[in-house]
Amino acid sequence: MTTTAYKNSRRDFLKKLSVTGGGLMLGFRWFSAEAEVPVILNNSNWSVVPGFNSYLSIATNGMVTIYSPNPELGQNIMTSFAMIVAEELDADWTKVDVVQAPLDTKRFERQLTGGSGAIPHSWKRLRNAGATARYLLVSAAAKRWNVPMEECATADGFVIHSKTGSKLGYGELAEEASKMSVPADVPLKNRKDFKLIGKPIKNVQNKNIITGKAIFGLDFYREGMVFASIQRPPAFGTKIKSVNATAAKAMPGIIDVVTFKNNVAVVGKSTWEVMKAKKVLKIEYEKDGNIESTSDHDKIFISLLNGDKVKERRKDGDVETAFKNAAQVIRNEYQCPFIPHNPLEPMNFFAHVREGEVELIGPTQTPGSARKAVSDLLKIPEDKISVTITRLGGGFGRRLKFDYVLEAAELSSIIKMPVKVIWSREDDMMGGSYRPAVRYRFEAALDANGNLIGYKCRGAGINVENCVRQDNFPSGAVDNLLIESAEHISPITTGAWRAPVTNFLAFAEQSFLDEVALAVKKDPIQFRLELLQKAKNNPVGAIKYSIERMETVIKQAAEKSGWGNKKGIHQGFSVYFSHASYVAQVCEVVMTAGKPVVKKIYAVSDCGEVINKSGAMQQVMGAVTDGYGHAMYGKLTFKDGEAQQKNFNEYRLIRMKEIPEIEVHFIDNGVDPTGLGEPALPPTGGAVANAIFKATGKRLKNQPFIDEPVFKSV
Amino acid sequence: MPIYNLKVNGKQYKADVAADTPLLWVLRDNLRLTGAKFGCGIGQCGACTVHADGKAIRSCLLPVSAVQSSAITTIEGLSENGDHPVQLAWDEADVPQCGYCQAGQIMTAAALLKRNPKPSLQEIENTMHANICRCGAYHRIREAVQSASKKIK
Repeated sequence: MTTTAYKNSRRDFLKKLSVTGGGLMLGFRWFSAEAEVPVILNNSNWSVVPGFNSYLSIATNGMVTIYSPNPELGQNIMTSFAMIVAEELDADWTKVDVVQAPLDTKRFERQLTGGSGAIPHSWKRLRNAGATARYLLVSAAAKRWNVPMEECATADGFVIHSKTGSKLGYGELAEEASKMSVPADVPLKNRKDFKLIGKPIKNVQNKNIITGKAIFGLDFYREGMVFASIQRPPAFGTKIKSVNATAAKAMPGIIDVVTFKNNVAVVGKSTWEVMKAKKVLKIEYEKDGNIESTSDHDKIFISLLNGDKVKERRKDGDVETAFKNAAQVIRNEYQCPFIPHNPLEPMNFFAHVREGEVELIGPTQTPGSARKAVSDLLKIPEDKISVTITRLGGGFGRRLKFDYVLEAAELSSIIKMPVKVIWSREDDMMGGSYRPAVRYRFEAALDANGNLIGYKCRGAGINVENCVRQDNFPSGAVDNLLIESAEHISPITTGAWRAPVTNFLAFAEQSFLDEVALAVKKDPIQFRLELLQKAKNNPVGAIKYSIERMETVIKQAAEKSGWGNKKGIHQGFSVYFSHASYVAQVCEVVMTAGKPVVKKIYAVSDCGEVINKSGAMQQVMGAVTDGYGHAMYGKLTFKDGEAQQKNFNEYRLIRMKEIPEIEVHFIDNGVDPTGLGEPALPPTGGAVANAIFKATGKRLKNQPFIDEPVFKSV
Repeated sequence: MPIYNLKVNGKQYKADVAADTPLLWVLRDNLRLTGAKFGCGIGQCGACTVHADGKAIRSCLLPVSAVQSSAITTIEGLSENGDHPVQLAWDEADVPQCGYCQAGQIMTAAALLKRNPKPSLQEIENTMHANICRCGAYHRIREAVQSASKKIK
């Protein structure tokens, strides 16, 4: 057992803060140690959990319960948050229980999952929570032993007096510690003393998941609740003209059919009965806006890219002159389709609206915004609305939207019953909020010596306010640069999709940079490093990324992949900075029977301090698989406003036999951690496309790649 | 509506449902066994996989009227204490991300290993190819099936 000595504890900075206003409160363990079935904390039982602004409680038997505020959708936040608290607490990890907290804006800030922002936001807060508790436990022990705190150390859930060897368990000290003064500031561990952080720690929810006990939104059940399946307009740009629900109402198990806004809700006693009855609804729709098809979008892109309705996002130098004086101009366009999020758990939510109060239970990435929207809709104050967060069966951005929470609340308020609204896969895939479709035009001006003297990127997107990232590399490295965007407003709804915008922009940018490198006859990695060198020596405009950190991941990826030294293997490179993290990737392709086959992808990530090695590896492998799978196969097309792919028989998701090998590396630099749920996804499409170009000489310009000629013909 | 007698995880149940009700919804809504998940409803994703007489089936497609004579096993009944070799291997490889597909993955893998305790890598991939993991945990799923196979004597 390694102990952590108590250092730097200066009593003079102790302020007499009340426990409630300080960091946390220690209290009795709320759950019995025997509790096996995962409990969902809701408003009624949460109120008895001790503590304010509280992340943890310690029971008299020594069990530590850590409350995880952020929605868990597979980013493994319940494990990494708890690890950070337990690290500073010096808890015995085998005696730590992690529990999902409900929405509580008084105790927690930023209770949302999105933007890979939870770890950077909470890193110091969580460390403080653990360190404060440790301080109180040490001071309780020191008081009991009547010794100075500096003579005490902690390890594995015990306070130890080094001189006498006396030991007291955290459980024995919990009650006393909860009455001690909370310090205004506490010392944090030095990273070299970390025992948990940086190690591979298994998901704290594994046992529940592998035994089928984890409670996802769809699994929540309340005695007396009814089920609802909602028919929404199948085509974007249409609204209800008439509804005939006679046949549906006559079906067994059906309680009522309710029409509100553009929804026809079939309410009944079981999921199957409402799903079945929905199919016999007779609804007529009429036009209510543009009715668009994918072929229209193709034309809209061209007219946007050629038109003048563009917004200038960044302009450095004199682009016009640079292109006029250019010895050579390279130009290309890249296009990506709409794609649905398809979390495997379809949208669903439970709502119970009673006189002046609302109970909401289900899977949401943004419980706070959902509550506000329900409050606005029903004119019920937010403090009368509780939101219980279940586990989420994936999110990928879809559950940042709260449309499905609102409709459940509205339906419950109409039928005056507790109701669970369940979407089918078809409802989900046809229901909007997609990754927007986009097309980019890139232009590069080269002088007679092959120097990049001008760079232009113009993006056209459907329902995406800004489809470019004007400050990303190579901005800062080119003297004359123009970044612009244009938008078409469509009835087809869009939203954030894992690594918004950069999930497709990175592919286009990194492919185009490879084209430029090829034109100037430079190695693609060398070309990027030279641009970075230029940005370092002669920065142009603002530089909003770390040149050094980008250089480091690039060089590491080259080294780990044996860049340029493999016979019969064609390598492609890509690097991207997003969500405050840096990821470089090398993709390897071999030719088999005349077709390119993606064999392996190396990913080198700099996300600062890696919290959980196992979870971090998993996030990178998942993001690369996701980025590869969607670049390769993802496509949602429209005909007359209606999605043409409605379920997994028509919409292709990557499966086991299609995955490449993935080798993951991290940069160990001790920088404060940044997010990892998204940053490893954006570079993948570009690395794959560049490797396929290397292998075949064919440039992939559109996603999904599988539709490109190189995969069609031998 | 007719009453169906079902044998699930060694227990007898009665369900008063329409004949075309898929087993999945009887398990979930009537018996409150929510381990098997709804993902697509058309047998494409495998999240609903359970065993009928030890064989993996897609419970979202199979009407309750067709399974009366079979012994059904769901993830809740795969082992007493979550210690089936496949479950242990899943924990060791730290497979789950969101976890929603995992019951189906585990049931598919357990049926494979019952039928063929020492499958080749290709046999594992051919079988597991039928199950979608939207989080992309496929590498660890494959690793876990291989290591579960080694655990089975």
